[in-house]
Amino acid sequence: MTPNQRHPGPCRASDCHRLCCTKVENFCVTLGNKKIFQDVNLHIHCGELTALIGTNGSGKSTLLKSILGEVRHSGTLEYLDAKGKRSGNPLIGYVPQYLNFDLSTPTSVFDLFMACLTRLPAWLFAPGNLRRRVGQSLEKVKASHLIDRRLGALSGGELQRVLLALALEPVPDLLLLDEPVSGIDKNGLELFYTIVSDLRRNYDLSIILVSHDLDLVARYADRVVLLDNTILCNGTPEEVFADERTRKIFGMRLGPQ
Amino acid sequence: MLECWYSLCDVVLPFSWLGHAFMKNALLAVLLVTPLFGLLGTMVVSNRMAFFSDSLGHGAFTGIAIGALLGGIQPLPAIIVFSIFFAVLITVIKNKSRISTDTIIGVFSSTAIAIGLMIMSQGGSFSKFSTYLIGDLLSIAPDEIAMLCGVFVGVLLLWLVIFNSLLVISINPSLAASRGFNTVAMEICFAVALAVVVAISIQWVGLLIINSMLVLPAAAARNITVNVRQYHFYSVLFAVFSGVTGLIFSYYWNTATGATIVLVAAILVFLTFAVRSRISI
Repeated sequence: MTPNQRHPGPCRASDCHRLCCTKVENFCVTLGNKKIFQDVNLHIHCGELTALIGTNGSGKSTLLKSILGEVRHSGTLEYLDAKGKRSGNPLIGYVPQYLNFDLSTPTSVFDLFMACLTRLPAWLFAPGNLRRRVGQSLEKVKASHLIDRRLGALSGGELQRVLLALALEPVPDLLLLDEPVSGIDKNGLELFYTIVSDLRRNYDLSIILVSHDLDLVARYADRVVLLDNTILCNGTPEEVFADERTRKIFGMRLGPQ
Repeated sequence: MLECWYSLCDVVLPFSWLGHAFMKNALLAVLLVTPLFGLLGTMVVSNRMAFFSDSLGHGAFTGIAIGALLGGIQPLPAIIVFSIFFAVLITVIKNKSRISTDTIIGVFSSTAIAIGLMIMSQGGSFSKFSTYLIGDLLSIAPDEIAMLCGVFVGVLLLWLVIFNSLLVISINPSLAASRGFNTVAMEICFAVALAVVVAISIQWVGLLIINSMLVLPAAAARNITVNVRQYHFYSVLFAVFSGVTGLIFSYYWNTATGATIVLVAAILVFLTFAVRSRISI
């Protein structure tokens, strides 16, 4: 796929005949009296890493939660596979920003996987074949050594990779990643972006990533969306970072150019 | 059925403290109810619901008063019905409102206890209810033991079905929702199970310490475990151990059984806490 095909510019309805895609149409969320965002339209294609950027409180995490269906919203979410056969609600994998669980909780990485993947009671036994499956799943994110660690004992980067592996089990149509604002060192972030970038190619995944690291976005994202009450700017990293509005909002001298 | 248990006790445990039938009844009740406290307690502690389970005791207390007010019905059905209503009400409001959970529980808990105390103290008759504050395990009757068996099986089956969902919800509700777990329904199931166990136990354990029975064994188990299987195993083990040991001690010391059980459980928490700092996990 040439870069041009991967970045088809403004989306037309006809795009969906060639590639599987997820369409977010006219999303609008109001909490109390406050409009968090409105008129959000996004077309996300397979194999595309879309980075969502914006200031704190611009509604990035809320957009992910409304796509998940957890926050009440107006507008429609539609999924079409490559042959246009299967449509409707996409299977969504989600990596939350914060877990906010009790750090001393005696729950291992394997326990979390088992509770998500089977109906067998995780407090009673740990089947060997499931252990192997979880091990393979963790291998994809270079985290198979963490299988018996307590969740609370993981570093920010390790936890993020474990949650990524969990979101990929089963392989979703759409992967939503909400990156933590802090708590992950630069090396951890770099590793995470490399893994996500590889996954996108290997599994032909549609990915929406809320990101706070503009350098990494510039290097790894296929498309960047600037959100501030609505979508201000949508295009390739070069286009978006060259845009006047992006520069105004982040007040920056950006690296990539 | 109970005769089998009596002869089993005489053969396997020929101790003097088990000589009386009421002690054999109490032992059986302890063996049935403490594992439930151990199981449910794991999630109470992991979800930071200690205040919620405490309020369930207050709800049950009001149930007793309402049962007495209605006169005709037995106290137990009234306690169970009111406790379930109370637990579901708090869970639903907690999920609908953006007020902090602690505040909501505090409001309902104090309202419940105020209503209960008003009804009970009306006409100066409070003293006959004071047994519910401390509880009396030795007074348990054979038909109540039969009901405990039913609750034991019910909670065990429920725990087999809903535990996985509860675990994921306790880690992150959004993650649980993204994986298709019905978070509110599961929370209500758990709240109802807790309410039933608290409601039936309150007359034997007592309002003042019933919450400790839920919290302490799990708190002790957390100190020395790293995964949910160990956590459950030790929590149930500690609950049963403190139940049986407390029962024996209370017989010889002539103290309130519930309080003695809680004291043993509290000692276990301190001991495991001391061990925890040595083995770093």
